[in-house]
Amino acid sequence: MKNKRSLLAIPYVGWMAFFVVAPIIMVVIYAFTTADFSFTGENFTRMGTFTVIFTRSFKLAIIATLVCLLIGYPLSYAMAKEGKGFQRVAMLLIMLPMWVNFLLRTYSMMSIMENNGLINQFFAAIGLFDLINNVFGTDIHYFKMIGTQGAVVVGMVYNYLPFMVLPIYSTLIKMDNTLLEAAQDLGADTATVFRKVILPLSLPGILSGVTMVFVPSVSTFAISRLLGGGIQMLLGDLIEQQFLGGAYNPHLGSAIALVMMVIVVACMWIMNRFGEGEEQAVML
Amino acid sequence: MKKLAIAALACVLVGGFCFSACTIERIDPEADSNTTATNTGKRVLNVCNWGEYIDEDLIAQFQEETGITVNYQTAESNESLYSLLKNGGANYDVICPSDYMISQLIEEDMLQPLNYDNIPNYSYIGDQFKNLAFDPNNEYTVPYTWGTLGIIYNKTMVDGEITSWSSLYDDANKGNVLLINNSRDAFGNALIYLGYSVNTTNEDEIRQAYDLIADATRRGVFQGKVMDEVFNKMEQGNAAIATYYAGDYLSMYENNSDLAYVIPEEGANWFVDAWCVLKSAQHVSEAEEWINFMASTDASLANMDYIWYASPNTQALEKYPEYYKETYGEELDPELYEIMAPSADVLEKCENYVVLPQETRNLYNDLWIQLGL
Amino acid sequence: MSLNKKNSLGNRILIGVVFFFLYAPILLLIFYSFNAADSSVVWKGFSLRWYAKLFQNQLIIKSVYNTLLVSVLATLIATVVGTLSAIGLYSMRRKFREPLLTINNIPMMNADIVTGVAMCLFFVAALSGWNYLASHYRLIIDLFGTQYRVTFHQLSLGFGTLLIAHITFNIPYVILSVAPKLRQMDKNLVDAAQDLGCTWPQAFFKVILPEIMPGIVSGALIAFTMSVDDFVISYFTAGSSTSTLAMQIYSMTKKGVTPEINAVSTILFGVVLVLLIIVNVREIRAEKAAAKRVY
Repeated sequence: MKNKRSLLAIPYVGWMAFFVVAPIIMVVIYAFTTADFSFTGENFTRMGTFTVIFTRSFKLAIIATLVCLLIGYPLSYAMAKEGKGFQRVAMLLIMLPMWVNFLLRTYSMMSIMENNGLINQFFAAIGLFDLINNVFGTDIHYFKMIGTQGAVVVGMVYNYLPFMVLPIYSTLIKMDNTLLEAAQDLGADTATVFRKVILPLSLPGILSGVTMVFVPSVSTFAISRLLGGGIQMLLGDLIEQQFLGGAYNPHLGSAIALVMMVIVVACMWIMNRFGEGEEQAVML
Repeated sequence: MKKLAIAALACVLVGGFCFSACTIERIDPEADSNTTATNTGKRVLNVCNWGEYIDEDLIAQFQEETGITVNYQTAESNESLYSLLKNGGANYDVICPSDYMISQLIEEDMLQPLNYDNIPNYSYIGDQFKNLAFDPNNEYTVPYTWGTLGIIYNKTMVDGEITSWSSLYDDANKGNVLLINNSRDAFGNALIYLGYSVNTTNEDEIRQAYDLIADATRRGVFQGKVMDEVFNKMEQGNAAIATYYAGDYLSMYENNSDLAYVIPEEGANWFVDAWCVLKSAQHVSEAEEWINFMASTDASLANMDYIWYASPNTQALEKYPEYYKETYGEELDPELYEIMAPSADVLEKCENYVVLPQETRNLYNDLWIQLGL
Repeated sequence: MSLNKKNSLGNRILIGVVFFFLYAPILLLIFYSFNAADSSVVWKGFSLRWYAKLFQNQLIIKSVYNTLLVSVLATLIATVVGTLSAIGLYSMRRKFREPLLTINNIPMMNADIVTGVAMCLFFVAALSGWNYLASHYRLIIDLFGTQYRVTFHQLSLGFGTLLIAHITFNIPYVILSVAPKLRQMDKNLVDAAQDLGCTWPQAFFKVILPEIMPGIVSGALIAFTMSVDDFVISYFTAGSSTSTLAMQIYSMTKKGVTPEINAVSTILFGVVLVLLIIVNVREIRAEKAAAKRVY
């Protein structure tokens, strides 16, 4: 009986073969061929040119992930301490922004951070620029935010913070209270309880949060385009450009996508070694 | 039971796919078997044009007049249109690329010759827009718009008047210059500034143009790479200098009168965008109706008024100042009209793009990617 | 988890600041949807004109319709297939289950853009193969003496491929949230039910389903949210003739987002907010009623 029940998974196994495995095989094929589909390794030897973009993308993604973690963990911790009434809505409050399309939210961010945007208008209104100009003898009328890497990181943090908070928060609220009490009864102070009990127990949440922030950050193209002005490309921009953008070459694009995928998978694998034995990715 | 559930699920999925993928009809032995081949049902047309490049009322009007449903899509630049077509994801019938891209598409056998008998309004197209390099025998195209690519700047943000392409690359307006986001125009501008032809195939000259832009990028001259984002950026005063098309300048000028347009003393590029039908098009007769409609004098006038790009329709060109007066009750500023439809001696200074050989195109692509590094 | 009694003021401030950061841009765009002017910077008085204009804008209405349709369909199919597959996978021996779960995780762990371009390449190849066959072959079926002609259409990227892509990236989320509930469930329950004379479907509907229901609901919720919010995968798989709200917005971010988009987002946001409030209020009432019954 039991094994017959496993037949229920058969349609999905077929589905995966078609729509998950086959597409990735296509990417591999494209990556190793030229425009007329003869074998070549040239797409990969050209990869050296893009080292700058790889480093930049990974650097920004790592910064964004760290910032998300530094904001997200204390936030989840603070939220988990709130009463029952808040807990009920907390999850929804975190997910609710996702109901406004992320492009639109990013666009809204952009109008806030423009040279003539709300932040700069606000600073001008309170006379901050006059003050700075008087004190330092400079002549500035705005802070340049759009087009900088900082703006891109802010955009990533803004968009992907919920992905960090959700899994951490859900591991924290599931945590068994008696464990913490036991630790305290045995003489651990608050810091020790946190370090020895809470942190290790919430590690699976942290790991899946890090994954869920890092992966989209390293591959984004819309955010860098809107907030970064498109001057300094990220990996996502580079790949998009090869497929639907201004420099058509799906073979090179596939090769870049493949290399990015391999690096990301390697990172995830190494990271998950730390959390080995823990339950796999958690979200809700 | 489980098997039944699986079978049902499989049937639904496969059935759903087949439903959209084929039609099953009974063969009536008496009827002529060829009649089924003709298309029944509603007529559809897939159009791909540039963003902000049509008076949208015209689409509605066309649908009403002909009963054809128009799927109207936009592309960002000639290069990204080419990607869309090559990638195979698009199923456009009629597209509106620029001159050099048309040659490239013809070269790659992606366009089909038009039947000009179905496009009587072609006769209104001015002679100076016929027999151009991209379609020497007038087989594939019907011109839609034409104009120049010059410098747009904000008079309140720039010291003095701008007369040269050098303003794009020097430090005077550092951080406030917008680079145009397509390789052909961006390199083209640099080539003109350096005194070379926009159609040069000399690798050394192209590399010099690249160095010029790359160096300016390194110094932080450019605020961003933009195409249609330029509208917001310039109208709201978030950037001081940009290169863009004359027609779009006039649209921006409507919203911000501090903006000025100049064709630099070194010269500029002038372009023709034309309708063409793809070889893979499935709605050819609808496409020809569309092209004919767009070439009509009335549609051209409405378009000129809405998008501010000059039409190649000679009647429309002539009538436009009068049309403007009738619609708005005031004279059209001749200076604006000159920007829209520059006179022959201005065009003399300007060069038209022609298609580059594959080798040069690859060089453009490679250098363009390197600019983003 | 509640370590100490009361939440400190610092924590409250942190929550406040972060939520302000998350919601400020949204509030801003809602605010400007009521702007009389055509701008997201200058306020020129209250007006509903963008809401009126919205309903005349066929492009936006169509893209909202596409978005909702694809999200609802993909969520429904993914929830059913995902739940059944989760049950199936957890009845398998470990040897088979582990590799399958790894493959299942691919669409979730992979960068969207890689999934997007991979599917794009695959669909384009598959469709051009199909189109070649369709233009060269025609099938005639003889069924009970009547002949039927099957004409194959030329296919291109469109709603169908968009739906397949959404289903594919939704199923893993459903499986992921159903799986823990299955693991928690007492395996003997089903056997007991069947020993007591339940058929398998009965056991499924009366025993398994109620146990894993919370997992299914949250899986469906995540799937739906992911579908609505997705841009990158849709961008590569929807082709040229179908466009979702996200794609519409992307093309608009280039030439300037008109406040109509703010208006449509405000409406969607408002609907979701109201729905969530209703659901929550009902839950609270139900809980209170249950509590009364106990005492």
